[in-house]
Amino acid sequence: MAPSSSTSPSPSPIIRVDGLSKTYRVATKDPGLAGTLRHFLQRRYKDVAAVRDVSFQIQPGEMVGFLGPNGAGKTTTLKMLTGLIHPSAGKALVAGYTPHRRQANFLRRITLVMGQKQQLLWDLPALDSLRVNAAVYGIDEAESRHRIHDLAEMLDLGAELKRPLRKLSLGQRMKTELLAALLHRPEVLFLDEPTLGLDVNAQARVRSFLADYNQRFGATVLLTSHYMADITALCPRVLLIHEGRLFHDGSLDALTQRLAPCREVRLELAAPWPLEALRTYGEVESCEGVVVHLLIRRDALTAAISRLLAELPVRDLEVRDPPIEELIGSLFVQGTLS
Amino acid sequence: MRNTAFSSRAVSSRALRSPKVRPLQSLQHGWRVARALFASQYALMLEYRAEIVLWALAGMVPFIMLAIWIESPAGAALGMGPTQLARYFLAAFVVRQFTVAWVMTVFEEDALQGRLSPMLLQPLHPFWRYLASHVAEQATRLPFVALIATLFFLVLPWAFWLPSPQRALLTLAATFLAFVLNFLIQCTMACMCFWSDRVNALERLIYIPILFLSGTAAPLEAFPPALRRLAEATPFPLLVNFPAQLLSGGEVQIAAGFTALAIWITGLFLLMTLLWRIGVKRYGAMGA
Repeated sequence: MAPSSSTSPSPSPIIRVDGLSKTYRVATKDPGLAGTLRHFLQRRYKDVAAVRDVSFQIQPGEMVGFLGPNGAGKTTTLKMLTGLIHPSAGKALVAGYTPHRRQANFLRRITLVMGQKQQLLWDLPALDSLRVNAAVYGIDEAESRHRIHDLAEMLDLGAELKRPLRKLSLGQRMKTELLAALLHRPEVLFLDEPTLGLDVNAQARVRSFLADYNQRFGATVLLTSHYMADITALCPRVLLIHEGRLFHDGSLDALTQRLAPCREVRLELAAPWPLEALRTYGEVESCEGVVVHLLIRRDALTAAISRLLAELPVRDLEVRDPPIEELIGSLFVQGTLS
Repeated sequence: MRNTAFSSRAVSSRALRSPKVRPLQSLQHGWRVARALFASQYALMLEYRAEIVLWALAGMVPFIMLAIWIESPAGAALGMGPTQLARYFLAAFVVRQFTVAWVMTVFEEDALQGRLSPMLLQPLHPFWRYLASHVAEQATRLPFVALIATLFFLVLPWAFWLPSPQRALLTLAATFLAFVLNFLIQCTMACMCFWSDRVNALERLIYIPILFLSGTAAPLEAFPPALRRLAEATPFPLLVNFPAQLLSGGEVQIAAGFTALAIWITGLFLLMTLLWRIGVKRYGAMGA
């Protein structure tokens, strides 16, 4: 299925991806002793397509959510866009550079934050690592002090920067990692699960920081997260990838409409109503006494609600979309995306 | 559109490329990076003082070999008296302390556990970090080496000597180059990590040749002529035997030794650079 797109092409996208694919060669092994011996004597390999023919463009300053289940190809795509791995086919251009060449000027313009991975030295205070980063990126000492102070304020960090990293909580470590990753003021941020494992407050803090950073510096953000709250709070546009293919490129609302052709109508009636009669309005999801949940197609919704209000003793009526994470989750479980 | 800073200008490759950096600026930048890396790695090493002592003590092989040779009738066959033997093995101990390299082990760990990825995303070759880590560890080892040398002379006072200033300088240069050589051997083999996940096995493969052919087990003079010729065809004697002979005042072909060091270093540097360029394209960023 071709991805839907709600964005019109612009003359100067900061990320341009065209037919990007990545295939890994993976050794396969049968279980048991015989399988082990065969694996030792004659290794067999299988090609696994992690990303298939993915194309999209991102404009400078956009915040884009990158959705998909585990193994969908999100992280592989991010690795290709940061130049960590070479694509098997297709082209990518980030900030005017071909990522896999990993030119110094390209690396100065991007950053990749991986939720559970750290770049800071575990046994030293973050300030020691930050000094190294400042030197590596050629930021002079006064400017680096200013930036550290500035970012620390935005992230609500203070004395934590002088304590060994291993002594910090997960949330404090994540914020410190973000500070380190942004010290060189990258134009393009690739964030892979930046709130993974954080408590609700820490997640909210990181989210608000990312929104602030985007506002202040106009940075482009491509964000993957399993927490839908991250996406809904930060990303007006989402890319949905499944089994390596881009399934959707557009707004979250458009994705919801695409994934859920029906809307849910919750009715509270003055008296119980026969099930057969209720079925004439839409699919009855549940019926418990006077509380009824109906699924009604979007195109028939207005007419159905008019009929419901006219024909039934309605005390209360609520129309809502199913939660997006449930929709995506159920589709992935059912494997109906293809 | 939220963008304030970047949306106003066209994002083209030409606009984004920085102007060329002048050589002096480049040198200043390099010096600053070196200082920052050394400072952080030295701080890290000082967190592990006990480990450094243990590693220094683990380098006692030359003293064990000294005890074997000095008590054995075979020692006389070396053509070196007890004093010269004692000086050689102390010199071998000191040289080994400042030429040891362990890039393969850490590189394999970093590659397998995903720590290499953040390093590859910074505009600094990861090997510079390992180099800083080695130099910092050498600085940390210095007091322990001085202490062990002092104890050695207290136990064997007849072996005491002071090298001439010229020999001391040549030893410093040879030891530094021997370290660079060993570091490059390790880096070159570490690049094989892009082809095999278990590159550390190669270290075990070269451990025995290095132990025997480097001059750690016995000075090269003690080798049968054929074995000596074989050893001299490898870079291993340059790692210990050459600097240790310089330090202990033994007979050594100085010009030939430095020339061989220069050739091996240049060759390995080119090979390592080539392997890195080819290998990094195969990097799968596992664990990251």
